[in-house]
Amino acid sequence: MSESGFWALQLLNALQYSMLLFLLSIGLTVIFGLLHFVNLAHGALYMMGAYIGVSVAAATGSYWAAFLLAPLAVTAIGAVLYFTLIERLRQAGPMNQVLVTFGLIFIFLDLVRIGWGDIALGLDVPQAMAGTARVLAVDYPVYRLFIIALGLLIMAALLFVLSRTQIGAMIRASVENAAMASAMGINVQRLFVCVFCVGCALAGLAGVVAAPVFSASTGMGISILIPTLIVVVIGGLGSLQGAIAGSLIVGFLETMGAVLFPQFAAILVYVLLAAILVIRPKGLIPARG
Amino acid sequence: MRTAMARIALATAVSAFALPAFAETSVGLILPKSGTYAALGNDIQDGFVYALEEAGRTSEFKLVTEDTEAKPAVGLTKARKLVLQDEVDVMVGIVSSGVLGAIRDFVDGAKVPLIVANAGNDEATGKDCSPYITRVSFSNAQVNRPMGKWMYDQGVRKVYTLAPDYAAGHQMIDAFAEAFKAAGGEIVGGEYTPFGQTKDFGPYLTKARQANPDGIYVFYAGGEAISFVKQYGSFGISKEVPLYGTGFLTSPLYVKAEGDGAIGVKTSLHYVPTLQSTENKVFVAQFEKRYGRTPSEYSVQGYDAGRLLLGALAAGAKDRASIAANLPKVRYTGPRGPMEIDPSTNNVVQNIYVYETVKDGDALTQKVIGEIKSVRDEPNGCKL
Repeated sequence: MSESGFWALQLLNALQYSMLLFLLSIGLTVIFGLLHFVNLAHGALYMMGAYIGVSVAAATGSYWAAFLLAPLAVTAIGAVLYFTLIERLRQAGPMNQVLVTFGLIFIFLDLVRIGWGDIALGLDVPQAMAGTARVLAVDYPVYRLFIIALGLLIMAALLFVLSRTQIGAMIRASVENAAMASAMGINVQRLFVCVFCVGCALAGLAGVVAAPVFSASTGMGISILIPTLIVVVIGGLGSLQGAIAGSLIVGFLETMGAVLFPQFAAILVYVLLAAILVIRPKGLIPARG
Repeated sequence: MRTAMARIALATAVSAFALPAFAETSVGLILPKSGTYAALGNDIQDGFVYALEEAGRTSEFKLVTEDTEAKPAVGLTKARKLVLQDEVDVMVGIVSSGVLGAIRDFVDGAKVPLIVANAGNDEATGKDCSPYITRVSFSNAQVNRPMGKWMYDQGVRKVYTLAPDYAAGHQMIDAFAEAFKAAGGEIVGGEYTPFGQTKDFGPYLTKARQANPDGIYVFYAGGEAISFVKQYGSFGISKEVPLYGTGFLTSPLYVKAEGDGAIGVKTSLHYVPTLQSTENKVFVAQFEKRYGRTPSEYSVQGYDAGRLLLGALAAGAKDRASIAANLPKVRYTGPRGPMEIDPSTNNVVQNIYVYETVKDGDALTQKVIGEIKSVRDEPNGCKL
């Protein structure tokens, strides 16, 4: 393998991991930015997306059915959570929100164990994406390219919605100053529910997209939560650009760290996190300057 | 006279019931019942219970089950409870080497026999061995060592290694590397991946390819094994860089989730359900009938723990000390082949099989392609 081929492969690996982190962190950061709600159960929703995807694919034999239905199912779960639990906790303060949503992770974990068993489950990539394709003069798995493409597509779609549409403007206004936005006639409450549901859908989508690569396991919700939180804190709470920047930085740091400094790979990201918290505590591109 | 005789007869009959019933052997099953290793814990328990049922002696045993959650601190608490509160005669189980390390001193000090039905850390039958710890499963080195010479004999000369960064990962790779280098091979590079956290093996697989080896040798188990094999398969490099390792990588318990990436992977393990011996065919058929699934290496470890205990009791053991003394003397031929315990380490002496994962119709199955008989560990500092 040539030197440039090696780096091309690692670049693609980093990009793919960044896109996965982006799908998860965008939901979490916007929920925090808009609702001021720390929703750690986001990791559990990711896990539910993966497991529901596995079941749908097993029942229908089609990956695409899982791709469409899992995010919808997770949105439904998210809506139930919102109206039963989260709405009540909105005034409760971050500590209680963290405790309750963290507890939800364990509840979901045991529900998954009861429903799907303890052994990790696999999900097959669709037949059309099972091979490798020639990109940047290397052979890279087609499915991973799909993850990259999907991430970029959603990134572009969200950027468009937030900056060029009216609803995007309303969301940005509510994030900046919810009271003023409400005074101007924006139904902030309904916006909250909408945004929350979209965030949950993205978490479910991330789950079903990641399942063929990482397999659906009961620990996956917890293990992805830390990188996602780091992305959100580094990138800046509440902003899309922050999530993009954060996920690219963390994705590349972890991948290149594994390549160049394997012994330190695990702590590199935490060192960066500590540095950001000291130098720019609001993150690189926070929603409210 | 007759009434006196009748009274004596009645008294004798009544006193017969007053004699102590045959003392039940109380067994503490100390296994993870929640968390990542729960499936392994359940498999081991099922194998153990089946051994008792097969012998028709379940009524002679009282089973107390405790959940270690595969956490050393919890495992120690549960071990204490089983010994001090439930006063068990013998403990069976331990999946995680971490838990075994945590309870070793307690078991040795309390003089309670422990039959280790999984945890493979080498020291437990090496420098930390104890007359009360008998291991019927495997040691990390035991499963890897034979592959060193076997792979060299197959023509593999340069190998790149990967394993998770914790004690078992290091022990497995070290044992393989030592044997492979002794046979004449070269380790061209290797990495230890963050344990339990690595989900994306892409960067590591790419590094492995860059080292240009004849093959990659890895140790992964459980969820990490599934992820690794799937990702290895997705890069399409099996012709360029074949994959080898220990059988935990493609265990029958979860190989199905790995899909086509597992096909052609050659690994070594102390048991596969496709072994062709009579004992194994009977075991597999009966186990499937009893539990509705194929036994894995974990089930057979539990089964052999049961056989070992039954053998110790049959030789006349009645209490903790005599059970501990008799366990290493039990020998028989089981589903894995000839089974005996080496008295110098209290570790099992067993065959190691090399198998290739192949496709059989729609399912993945194991084709045995090599057998290394009676693999025995060196004492390595054990003084028994």
